[in-house]
Amino acid sequence: MVTNPDNFQHGDYSGVPVEDNSTHAEAKMTLPTHVTRKWELFPGRNRFWCDGRIMMAPQTSVFFVTVSLICVTSTLFFYFDCPYLTIHLSPAIPAVGGFLFLFVMAALLRTSFSDPGVIPRATSHEAAYIEKQIEVPNSANSLMYRPPPRTKEVMVKGQPVKLKYCFTCKIFRPPRASHCSLCDNCVERFDHHCPWVGNCVGRRNYRYFYMFIVSLAFLCVFILTCSVTHLILITKEDKIFFEAVRESPTSIIVVIVCFFSVWSIIGLAGFHTYLVSSNQTTNEDIKGSFTSKRGQSNFNPYSQGNVCSNCCHVLCGPVPPSLIDRRALVTDMSEYQQQESGVGGMGAGEGGANQQPNTVTTNNRSYGATCPPHHESPSGNGLNAQLGCNLATTTSTENISMSPPSLHAAPISIATSSCNNPAPHMVAPIHHGAASIPLSTPSINGSDTSSIRANAGAATNEGGALYESAPLAPKMDLSDLDLDDLDEVMIGVMTSSPPPSTSSANQLSASRLRLLQDTTMIESALDLDSLEESCTSSVGAGSQAGLIRRADLMTS
Amino acid sequence: MKAEGMPNHTTPLDEINPRQGQTQLCMKVFVQRDYSDGTTVRFQTLFPSELEGKLDKGAFLYTVNQLNANFAEAEKGSCSTYCEGCLACITAYLMYICSETHYEKCLRKVAKFVAEQNERVYMPRGLLLTNPVDRGLRVIEISILDQPMVART
Repeated sequence: MVTNPDNFQHGDYSGVPVEDNSTHAEAKMTLPTHVTRKWELFPGRNRFWCDGRIMMAPQTSVFFVTVSLICVTSTLFFYFDCPYLTIHLSPAIPAVGGFLFLFVMAALLRTSFSDPGVIPRATSHEAAYIEKQIEVPNSANSLMYRPPPRTKEVMVKGQPVKLKYCFTCKIFRPPRASHCSLCDNCVERFDHHCPWVGNCVGRRNYRYFYMFIVSLAFLCVFILTCSVTHLILITKEDKIFFEAVRESPTSIIVVIVCFFSVWSIIGLAGFHTYLVSSNQTTNEDIKGSFTSKRGQSNFNPYSQGNVCSNCCHVLCGPVPPSLIDRRALVTDMSEYQQQESGVGGMGAGEGGANQQPNTVTTNNRSYGATCPPHHESPSGNGLNAQLGCNLATTTSTENISMSPPSLHAAPISIATSSCNNPAPHMVAPIHHGAASIPLSTPSINGSDTSSIRANAGAATNEGGALYESAPLAPKMDLSDLDLDDLDEVMIGVMTSSPPPSTSSANQLSASRLRLLQDTTMIESALDLDSLEESCTSSVGAGSQAGLIRRADLMTS
Repeated sequence: MKAEGMPNHTTPLDEINPRQGQTQLCMKVFVQRDYSDGTTVRFQTLFPSELEGKLDKGAFLYTVNQLNANFAEAEKGSCSTYCEGCLACITAYLMYICSETHYEKCLRKVAKFVAEQNERVYMPRGLLLTNPVDRGLRVIEISILDQPMVART
């Protein structure tokens, strides 16, 4: 979609990669003090600890609730109930309890700290290649740009499976994969995002998760029965129940905690046992991917055939490798930078950036990064401006220079520095669209321009991190940064400068439409990821309809 | 138990990719995954037209088939892999910290195969094969080193 700006420029020049040299210089500068590993440049929102060994979701507070709930309850049990039960019943009770507890914790930590099966994002080359493959060949003089289809159908064991294009990762998601909107990654064999374990549950950690659930169910039942037994044994010593509770008040706490959690845990364990035996994921089960619809027979093409082999394959089968290879050293910095610029505003990664603010490379992502949801963005204009940033990079690569250079004599440039990491030298200065509209379109009447000016003024006032600076970028004269102004800009351009030939105008509008479509697609992709399968088509159609409407508006 | 264990496949891949800087600007061909047999890693054996005249079709098929065979072996549910999985489960997955899984051994084999193919077949023809693991097992990337990337129209 957004092809890499560097490439085109380098291609135009003598092939000497100017940017790359500086990149290497930076890499050399940082190398002696800090070794850059891949997790620091990871584009998703995941958090990493212990130099990338531990990988978790961005929000981990519920995970600590889980851990403390299990630990506190078990500690109370071991400290207050076990001594009595050991003496009166058997020393096997603390042994079994201890084993179960250790197993539960091991499985839980394993689930939480491992990579669920994140599919790395496409490199800019791969994204461009995919884009080229799916591009619909439309005739040169057709005004309407037809967007390429964003789904691909493949046959899996004779069963048609729809692969959806992921706008964030720039890939067609493999079968069974889904994009986790919280972690901002595509995850292989995505099951669900589990806040309790503080991670996605996917192909690589599903077995740990299942073992965790099952062993936790056992532990819960075990502790519940033991605590109840403790209370009953005290009652049997010729005491009333109230006395027993007074003698061992912690037992009743443990019993209450276990009683309320055991049902949901057993239910979950049963549900996942069913899923394992039929080799489905929670995601597929909820969507009903394999239920027969409208008389069409539908079956699970991933099933191994019978319950036993399904269980074996899911729980004991070969463990796929972690594809993001997060501990590896970064050898090819330029690739990452390209990826970053290709991904543009969609990156939204801040996990590594927050932890390692001293590295040059992590600063790199700060431009164009959308504000993570827990940060409040400085203004409503933020998103638009960032989309504009995307637009600006695209337009500069395609070299659509329309207004003469003298027209943007004194443009107001607005830099969108990300709220958590202001790095002015990295941030591409953006000329706000409205600012240069009056210059390039003298034919627009006064009221229009004044309203646009007011718009610009409001935007400048609103933006928290806006400042004026000398424009650094050479070709930023395309000024349709604010999406709301886009229509007006287009009309203005069309009316003010009579095009030398109609074909060029058509080309122009087509490329503009593509830009627009890129942005709208990106915008809708934000919603797409969280939507169910059934809704996505209508959303896509909606955005396309919007495109067509604007195209009509242009032609009129 | 905090760690993911040893880093899964460390650096052999990085050492194999020489001239990495050069591959940035050249044209690339991608061989896509073949999902017809489920989600096991398999690549399409369709010969890309961009490689016409640059690479023998037989050599290409040999590479892809060998890679497919390697990945099939890695993902095959044999008795030994199931035993390995069960053992790891019984040890509460602590076994993975100290031992290498069957899959990782196969990946090592793949990396070796890619390096060997590069040296013998691809590099002399001005091509470069990238280990599919580096591309998330989604594609086999073949860079045509002497052909600059063409800008899309």
